[in-house]
Amino acid sequence: MSVLSGAKGETAQQARSLYRQLLRQGEQFAAYNFREYAKRRTRDAFREHKDVHDPREIQELMQKGLKELQSMKRQTVVSQFFQLDRLVVEGGKTGKQGGRRNNLVRQKDTGWD
Amino acid sequence: MSGIASNALRQVSRRCLKQPASAAGLLRNSSAAPVAGISQKAARRGYVSATRKDNAKVNIDTAIRADQKAFFAETGKLPENQIVPGTSANADAMMSPMAGVLKQATVMDEGQRPIYLDMQATTPLDPRVLDAMLPFYAGLYGNPHSRTHAYGWETDKAVEEARQHAADLIGADPKEIIFTSGATESNNMSIKGVARFFGRAGKKRHIITSQTEHKCVLDSCRHLQDEGFDVTYLPVQSSGLIDMKELEAAIRPDTALVSIMAVNNEIGVIQPLEEIGKLCRSKKVFFHTDGAQAVGKIPIDVNKMNIDLMSISSHKIYGPKGMGACYVRRRPRVRIDPIISGGGQERGLRSGTLAPALVVGFGEACRIAKEEMPYDSKRIKMLSDRLLNGLLSMEHTTQNGDSEHFYPGCVNVSFAYVEGESLLMALKDIALSSGSACTSASLEPSYVLRALGSSDESAHSSIRFGIGRFTTESEIDYVLNAVKERVTFLRELSPLWELVQEGIALDSIEWSQH
Repeated sequence: MSVLSGAKGETAQQARSLYRQLLRQGEQFAAYNFREYAKRRTRDAFREHKDVHDPREIQELMQKGLKELQSMKRQTVVSQFFQLDRLVVEGGKTGKQGGRRNNLVRQKDTGWD
Repeated sequence: MSGIASNALRQVSRRCLKQPASAAGLLRNSSAAPVAGISQKAARRGYVSATRKDNAKVNIDTAIRADQKAFFAETGKLPENQIVPGTSANADAMMSPMAGVLKQATVMDEGQRPIYLDMQATTPLDPRVLDAMLPFYAGLYGNPHSRTHAYGWETDKAVEEARQHAADLIGADPKEIIFTSGATESNNMSIKGVARFFGRAGKKRHIITSQTEHKCVLDSCRHLQDEGFDVTYLPVQSSGLIDMKELEAAIRPDTALVSIMAVNNEIGVIQPLEEIGKLCRSKKVFFHTDGAQAVGKIPIDVNKMNIDLMSISSHKIYGPKGMGACYVRRRPRVRIDPIISGGGQERGLRSGTLAPALVVGFGEACRIAKEEMPYDSKRIKMLSDRLLNGLLSMEHTTQNGDSEHFYPGCVNVSFAYVEGESLLMALKDIALSSGSACTSASLEPSYVLRALGSSDESAHSSIRFGIGRFTTESEIDYVLNAVKERVTFLRELSPLWELVQEGIALDSIEWSQH
């Protein structure tokens, strides 16, 4: 999409704003894989085009980003309507918490021998 | 004027009445300092306090806590750990049903849904594709073949755009794309169509295919055999690649068609399409390839590779299910006897009204696949290397198929001394398959692996990992951990593994017959 360092002034501001909006919107996907993909793809696309200086190209990329943003806004809503369980890999925490308070089940058994 | 004054007085007095109530619970400074003088005076006048909504209510939380405290004082045990005799509920739940139930509900730190690593069976629908499809389910419902009104025109335009995207992906002309219901139909249409058209004259009655083809190709050929055609099933090398010399030797003057798949669905081996295409062109034989696993994943150009017919599937490239296409070359023209006849849609090769939503979804999937191919393949390669290195670092594991010419998104690994099906059962938190989805219901070893010359044991202990656009690094790491852990566990159970650890070659054992 566009520059974070290359463009000057207003364009850079717009690009940063778009970047933030895309990331924030991507976070709204209910499905883990789509959420991660949206964030990763946004980040990689901006990084890939960080050295673009041609104003016309920047405009084109910005337009594309805006289109993606609109589509993502619709699709995140759809995704939230049809939520499924979370994946086993989601959460990223190590301990499994049971029903009771303050007693995290340890994954590693200690003190048996 | 007097009205305002009395109003103010009333307000002030009301505020004062409230104060003692709140002051009972919390100590706080009077916030209404400026009017304190007046309020003191006014407060004295009221002798009836205003009723508050909650005054008559018993505070459940406090009551329950008091009960719990009493229980603990009396028995010396925590109520939540005590089971009430005759019920399965604990004492806590009996004292306060809601609190007890809520505590019983598991706090879901980690989800329950398995990780999806079966991208050769099908892929998730890309949200961008769904976004393109939705208008055609919501309002644009015209029949694309209606020529007389705008409803038809608008869907027809969208269908033609989709056709353009599909053609761009494989370097073809849009007129050469025939939409079908999927790769199975495309394969049937190509193989049976060509064979029947050219067999009619009685001159060309020979077809060549390979042993590792997809079931629908093999079955179509079997069907043609019943009709009196001659079919050669080419064997493959142990790497999964076909031998070009054998292919050349197999081509006869009456050969009508060579059908070799581009990327194998079980072992991911990429066949040398360009060489096969060149050979077929020089021998004036039509070349059909099943590109269901290849299109959109590896670069394919039908003109460069001299492909005459190609089957494409939509749901393998993050498109909707129930959709596919068949590429049929126009110059030199490939003539086909259509299987489905009717209204003459799709150049008369596949009659029937198109589903605009599916077609548009497929077109969008093709467009995205073309645009994202460099990014996706780089990423899939990275993840695949990570997975493969991790798996092969375990002892007694081998990769099936050629380790050079394979599509990185399909990793097929054999774990010796472990039963594949039991490993799949142990890996309930990962969606995997031991072979193609069509044959995974039966416990037969995969015929593809048998064709490579693998032993029964090796074929039984193989597992296929499919990596796609939406797979993440943490998923791969999770899978690596889980597989390592459970393969070790299953091997510990196995008596064969014990023998192997002791250094006894399994072939040298004479098993007693019962």
